Parts: sequence; structure tokens; C-alpha cells
Amino acid sequence: MPPKRPKSKVIKEKEKKNETPDEGASESAHPEHIFPLVLTSVTQELFGCRADEDVTGENPFKLLRKEDIVQDMKTRAAVSDFSPVKHIVLEYPEDELLLVFDRDFTYGQCFYLVLTVEAKDNMMKSPAQADDDEEPMKDEEEHVMEPKTPESHPWISQGSEQEIEDESLTHARPRLRYKISPLMRHCGAPVCFSDGNDGYVECSSYEDKSFSITRMERDTSIQASRDTTHSSTQTLWKYPKNMCTQYEPREFSPEEKEHHLRSENLKNFITSVAIRFERSLQQNVISDVFCDDWTVLCEDDGVPTGKTETQLKEYQSFMDLHFSREKSISHVHWHPSISGVIAVAMTERLSLEERIDNSTKLLLNPSYILFWSFTDPINPQLQLECPEDVLCFQFCPSDPNIIAGGCINGQVVLWDISAHVERLQDTRSGGDNISNNLDKNDVIPVVRYCAVSGIENGHKAPVTDIQWLPETFELSRFGIPVENSSRVCVQMVTCALDCCVLFWDLRLPRAVSQSLTDVKQKSEEKPPENPHGVPNTFKHLNLTWKPFIRVSLPKIGSTGEYSPLKFSFRDNTVDYITGDKPPQDAEREEVCGFAQLRVPSAKQQKPLENISTKLYVGTEDGELVYTDWKMEKDNDSGRLFSAKPTHQFLAHHTLVNTVSRSPFFKDIILTVGSFGFAIWKEGVMSGPILMSACSKVMCTIGHWSLTRPALFFIGKKDGTIEVWDLLQNTHEPSQTQNISTASITCIRSSSACGKHHLLAVSDRIGTLHILQIPWTLRKSSNNEKKNVRKYFEKEEERLEYFEKRQIKHEKHKKEMEAEQLKKKTEPAVPLKPDEELEAEALKEYEQFLALEKIVLKNMGLLTDTIDQSDL
Amino acid sequence: MCDYQKCKHWGGNQDYTSTRNKRKTHLCCDMAEVEDTLKRIQGYNGVIGSIVVNAEGIPIRTTLDNSTTVQYVGLLHQLTMKARSTIRDIDPQNDLTFLRIRSKKHEIMVAPDKEFLMIVIQSPTE
Repeated sequence: MPPKRPKSKVIKEKEKKNETPDEGASESAHPEHIFPLVLTSVTQELFGCRADEDVTGENPFKLLRKEDIVQDMKTRAAVSDFSPVKHIVLEYPEDELLLVFDRDFTYGQCFYLVLTVEAKDNMMKSPAQADDDEEPMKDEEEHVMEPKTPESHPWISQGSEQEIEDESLTHARPRLRYKISPLMRHCGAPVCFSDGNDGYVECSSYEDKSFSITRMERDTSIQASRDTTHSSTQTLWKYPKNMCTQYEPREFSPEEKEHHLRSENLKNFITSVAIRFERSLQQNVISDVFCDDWTVLCEDDGVPTGKTETQLKEYQSFMDLHFSREKSISHVHWHPSISGVIAVAMTERLSLEERIDNSTKLLLNPSYILFWSFTDPINPQLQLECPEDVLCFQFCPSDPNIIAGGCINGQVVLWDISAHVERLQDTRSGGDNISNNLDKNDVIPVVRYCAVSGIENGHKAPVTDIQWLPETFELSRFGIPVENSSRVCVQMVTCALDCCVLFWDLRLPRAVSQSLTDVKQKSEEKPPENPHGVPNTFKHLNLTWKPFIRVSLPKIGSTGEYSPLKFSFRDNTVDYITGDKPPQDAEREEVCGFAQLRVPSAKQQKPLENISTKLYVGTEDGELVYTDWKMEKDNDSGRLFSAKPTHQFLAHHTLVNTVSRSPFFKDIILTVGSFGFAIWKEGVMSGPILMSACSKVMCTIGHWSLTRPALFFIGKKDGTIEVWDLLQNTHEPSQTQNISTASITCIRSSSACGKHHLLAVSDRIGTLHILQIPWTLRKSSNNEKKNVRKYFEKEEERLEYFEKRQIKHEKHKKEMEAEQLKKKTEPAVPLKPDEELEAEALKEYEQFLALEKIVLKNMGLLTDTIDQSDL
Repeated sequence: MCDYQKCKHWGGNQDYTSTRNKRKTHLCCDMAEVEDTLKRIQGYNGVIGSIVVNAEGIPIRTTLDNSTTVQYVGLLHQLTMKARSTIRDIDPQNDLTFLRIRSKKHEIMVAPDKEFLMIVIQSPTE
């Protein structure tokens, strides 16, 4: 038996029996059911268990009778080997005890006694089993071991969890918590730090060589990682630099181009390709494929719902009891900068004879220009005193405080209202200064005129029209437009019934200023007195003012002169509705006063091109005269005279009361005569583009709308206003509305009054009506300007066509006449005698018959019989 | 169009070219024909300019100024080549005949050929 066997048996017994593990399981300790015995040789002989004879290593068991052991113990008492187990033997339940020969001294003695029955049974069985097992085991070992998958067994404790539990940290007791805080009274108390060793014992560490602890165990952990290496690389840093290349396209020299153009290939190419182009070009011309009709459509229909009124609504009307009674309004003008202020010129409704009769009364009642403001409908804000009735006046475009007017006696008057501008502006705000207004209401300020022209040098007939020249240019003595360095309006134009158009300058001419006496006088003079509170703006002009250009209007083709009523020149600034306005207040320096301005010398001035110097003048006889205002020098006398007008048209048969340019088209002019109006285009010399039919009621005034290119207003003698829309109807007005009972004298529209678009209409009984222009009459559609322009172009073409036709007609007529003449002068053909005529006729007839026969024969219709019979 | 003997240029020493149909036309009339066609195209409503370019992109004849011509030619030549190669990639039997580029302001029409290229710029009549 292999020596292993007892150990395994021992281990098995240990597992089965021992619940409590033995610490440090040393094999020398014996279990409880084993009792090692020393048996003497005598005892051995007695019991027949002599070592190596009766019991051997292979058969170590010997059953001993209990009775024998008891007897032995009785006989030999203390000497007996069994005496230590006497007690156990006596208590042993069975008769036989097992004695095992312990050959290897596993329990320290050579024999041991098994004390319990179970152990004895086990021992007895196991060798038997072992013997039984041994043989099949041996057999199995000879065969090949079959691999078996290990089956999972529940974990069997081998004692390792004890070690783990020992290693872990567990709280033997709950943690203790202490909170230490100083006394409250020490909190916040001033702290005093000091050195102190009290109660402080220091134990510093030192190395004691006599006592050293060597660490037997140490916890370390290991982690596997890859090999790491450091490496580096360096790249080349290229310094960035700017580089550039210059190139130019390749081109052909002209000879090469010629050569190519002549080549056959090019010709073929062009002819083949041209068809495609033409087709595409034609397509594009026919219709614009990419135009979105839907969006374009909605733009035209811009009338918001609810505002379907088309009538001019009365907004306000002004009538002054003191000043406007029995007077008529001759001219109306909106204040250019202050909104809601309008100026009105009142004149007497008297004919010339009546004026002469009532001259004394008239002297006592001077006429005024009244300023009305919307905030005060009862009292005018300002009165401008005029020397005589003013037929027309204008605000200066560059300075709205200067007003120029033309009087009925031929004088030109200037006013300066800069002192009262604040008052006019205050009234705009309305209810803010009520108290101030009450004070001012009592006294309406009267502004006297600053300057009047000299009677000898001005007009000799009532001044019918006055206009300022724009500030972009001024005229030299010859009428040549030159650059205006002062950037303010300094010149104006007037016309009167004395058949001349005069140009006035607000500045003193150079010649006057240079005289020494004047200079001296100026230095010695006190500041000139200011009677009536008149500002000194135009003191230098007063009573000595005279025009610097006089343009006369000699008639074409006959003697005499035209007497102008109204005129219009091309406003050579950019279209002020749509284009850029010249820089106004921002750039202009402070006006240094007109007194200091001087007419610059002719050499310094730079003539401006592109400025038209042509004038359209409407005359008293109904003609529209087109003339140039440039003066020409007569070589003989050295005097300046004006050129003859280039064209004149007899458009209306009575006086022309309006000549007005369209604000949208610089070359379209509206003239209104008594029985109708006409529209002219500058450059078309043959006649008006459009002429209205004769109306039953006399027209008195015409005015273009400022917002719609196709609209204009005509005022009538019975107090109605006609609204003409060129895109709707040209034979009748689109609207007629009665405004007042007396005839309309002036119509002016303004868009400066905020969102209201107002039309000022004045009549002959002195009332000024302010009407509101409805949406439809003031909102222009996007294409309106284009359409109107197209319309005018069409009309122009019509005129041209008529001209051409006329020329053709004349030519034709001439030809006809020439022919007739020729016929008359041709010699008559002699008559042939009758016989000859008959003979000729017969011959012709025979020829005809022959021809007939041939033809019929050829056609195969003729038979021989008939042929013969004929012959 | 020329009709060699009936043409007004007949008589004297007149060089002629023969056309596809083997008709003789004077050299000057030949040129005139080309000029006529070009003028006709230029005279269409809204046409801003027309350019004739050779295969390499060098303008032969133009109605625009030089810098504009060069710019148009340089850009459109490349675009035409690209368009043509696109068409031919899709179907090698096919070829580009006409290219129309419509922009907000005008329409550019390009007609390519083996040796030449013609460009016309037209703006819509509005």
C-alpha cells in the first residue's frame, strides 16, 4: 500500500469529524478518537500484536477484546499499557476495540487505539474499500483517461475566506465624534498672539538604531503597460511670402482680325449661328418669360379699401373780412419750408378806368400779401405791404425769407420776412403758446417792402410773371449761364405786357462798387436808418434797381412785338421729384447779406454748358413763343440786342394764362388759354402734342399735379376745377368739381404739409380754399411715368407723321399740277381720216381671226369641216 | 446675295470667293454679308453688345470696349467648354448648340462652334 493512504484517510476523518478547524494543522496532534499507545513487547505478545509480525504496515488493524484489556488492566494495574485509556475502555460499548499499528508514527507512538465505534467502523471499512477501489483504479489507470468536462460544484471552503476577512478592515466600534469650539466670549475678541511653550511638548522623531522594524509584508500592485518611447520630429517651416504675377490677355493684331473676318469658316459659322440668335432675341423681345405678372399686377391696384373717394375734399378755407372783401386773389404760393403756411396776394377787382377813377381811394387802402396758417383760420399771420397790387410773387428758393413780387405798375418788389419767421413757425405748433398767440393776435405784423425797382428802368406795364433763377447758375451780361459761386439765388426773371422779359440781379454791379466816392461814403456813413422796421437786406437796391438784361420779343415775320403774359424756362437743376436735389442748407455758408455780394467779373466766371437758355413765352394774343435769352452783340453799333424768337405757335386765340412745365418731364409744357389747353414738347416745333377741345366755360388757370405725372388741374371761370388724367381720357376731364361761385384765379398744390396733400385754390371773390387731394389723385402707380412718356412719344410721332404726310401731300399735289400742266402743253395728236381707221380696224380683225384659228387648232378643238366652211 | 456679275462691284479687278454652293461672290460683298448679319443682330431691340471669338478665346470682333470684352470672353469661354463637356459626357453623340444664361439684368447668349464662339448680350425691353 502506498504510504499516502493513511494520510488521506486521516484527512478524510478530519473533514468529517472536526467541525472546528485546527489552527496550524500539524500532523502530530491526534484526533480525539485516536489514542496513541505504547505497547511493550510483553503486552504485544499477550495480545498477539507484535510489531511487524502480527500486525504489519499492510495490515495494521488488530481487534482486541475488551475483556482481555480489562483483565490486563486488573492484573497489571498501573503498569498496564492501557491504563491511560482505562476509563474509555470501560465505557466502550462494544466488545472489541481496534488497535492500529502506526508504522509511521503519525501520532507519535507505534500503536494507537481507536476509541470510538464509528471510527473503528470507518477504519475497518475504508481499507476494505480502498482495497476494493484499488483494483479498479489500477485498471482505469492503465486505460486512457477520458476527458470529462468539469462540472460546476458549489464552492467548498478551504479556509481561505478566513484570511480575507482577517485582512479587511471593519469597524470594531462605532466612530466617535467630537466637536471642539472656543467659548463664545472669545469669538471676535481681539486676538493676542504670543510665543509660548506652555503645555506644549514636542516629541520629534529620531532614528533609533537599536530598534528597527523590518517590513515583512508590503502591498504592491503591478500593472502591465506597453513600452513607451519618446520620439520627435521637426518640419521645415516655410516662411510665407507674397508673390504676384502680371498677365494680360492675348489679342489679335488688326491684320489678324481682318484675316479671320475674311475667312470662309467664319462666314459659315455666322450664317449658321445667326438663326439661333435671332430666334432667341425675338423671343426675348416678344415677351419677358421671367416677369412675375402676379406681383406686378398688385402694384397697380394700390387703393386701400374704404378710401374710394375721388372728390377733392374741402379742408379749410380762408377769408379775411378786412382785407379780402371785394378783392380777388391774384396769386397763391405755399411757403416752401414751413408747412401749413400759405401766402396770398390780394388785388382789386377793378378795370383800368375804374382804377383811375378810384385812385385816391386806392392810395389809402394799400394792398397786401397775406400769410395764412392752418392753425388760425380767422386771422392772417403776416401782412406784406405792397406799393401797388401785386399780380405775382415768388419765394426765393434758396432763402424762403426773401419774397419777390411784381406789381401792377411795373415795379418789382422785394420783401424780407426773416424777422417774423419765428412767428410763422410758432403758429405751426398750434396750441402750445396760446397765451402768446392771444397777444399777437391783436396786432398782425405788417412787413414793409425792402426794395422796389426804379420806375424808369423797370417795366412799363403790369408785371405778369416773375420767377427766380435756380442757385446753380447765374447769367452774365450776355445772358450766358455761368457758374454761381455764391450758391444762393441771386437773379430773377420778370415779364410784363410791355413786350420785354427782364433779368434782375440782387447784387450791386461791380462798376458801382469800385468808385472811390462810394467807398469813402461807406466808411463815413452811419448805418442806414431803418424806417418802418424794414430790414436792410436790399437797401442797396432800393429805387435804383434795374435789370441787367433786357430781352425783347420781336415778332417773327412781321413788325411789332409779342407781349408776354407768362413764361417758363427749363429748370436746369435735376428733376426735383425723383432726382438728387442740389445740396441745400448743409453746404451753403451763411449768406453774408446781399449787400456784400457783388457781381463777379466776366473773366472769373466759368460758362456752364448743358444749360438751356431757351424760354417759352405765352403772349397776350394766344401765341406761344420760343426764344433764346442770350444777347447778341450787334457788330455795327456795339449794342446788345436779343435774337429773334425761333418759333411761335398760335395755339390759343385768347391770352395764355398759364405756361407751366411738368415737374416730371422737363420738356413737357402745359399752356392754358381761354378755351382750352395745349401740351407741348420742347424740341417739337411743329405744333402741340395735345390740344384739348374747346370747352364751353373759359379756363382760367392750369396746374400740374406734383405727385402724378399724368394729372393736371384746370380752373374754370365758373368756379369749377377739372381734373384731367392723361392716361384715362384726353378728350374730357376725368373729374369736375365745383369749388366756388367765382372764377378760379390760381391753383397751387403742396405736398409739404405732412401727410395731407393739399390743393390751394383761390378765387375772384377773395376766398382761399384748401382742398385735400384724395388718394387716387395723388398716388401714382409705378408705371405711370413710363406710360405718360410713352403717350407723349406717341403723340410726337403722330405729329411727325402728319408732317410727313403733309409734305407728301404737297409733293403729290405738285406732281399732279405738273402733270396737268404737261398735258395742257402737249401738242394735240392729228385725227386720222375715217377710211384709214376702218382699214386698220379690218386688218386687226383679220389678224385676230387667224390667231383664233391657230389657237383652236393647237387645242384640237377645230374640225376640218368647219375650217373649210369658214373659208 | 452678291450675284457676282450683277453686283454693283462688277467690273475691273475684283477678287472673288466661292461659297458653299459654288457661287462666286466678291470678297468685299462677302465681308459685307458677315457685317450685315452682325449688324442685324446688334440692331435688335435691347442688344447691348456682341462678340465673335476664335477657338482659343481671342476676340476677333466686338462691339464692346476692350476690357469688358476680355472679361466676358475669358469667363464665358470656360463656361461654354464646361457645358459642352457636360452634354457630351451624358451622351457622346450629342453636342452643345446654344447656351442662354438669364440673369436679373440681362441675358447672355452663347453659340459655340468648332472654331469660333459668338456671344450676344441682351437686356429685357422694359
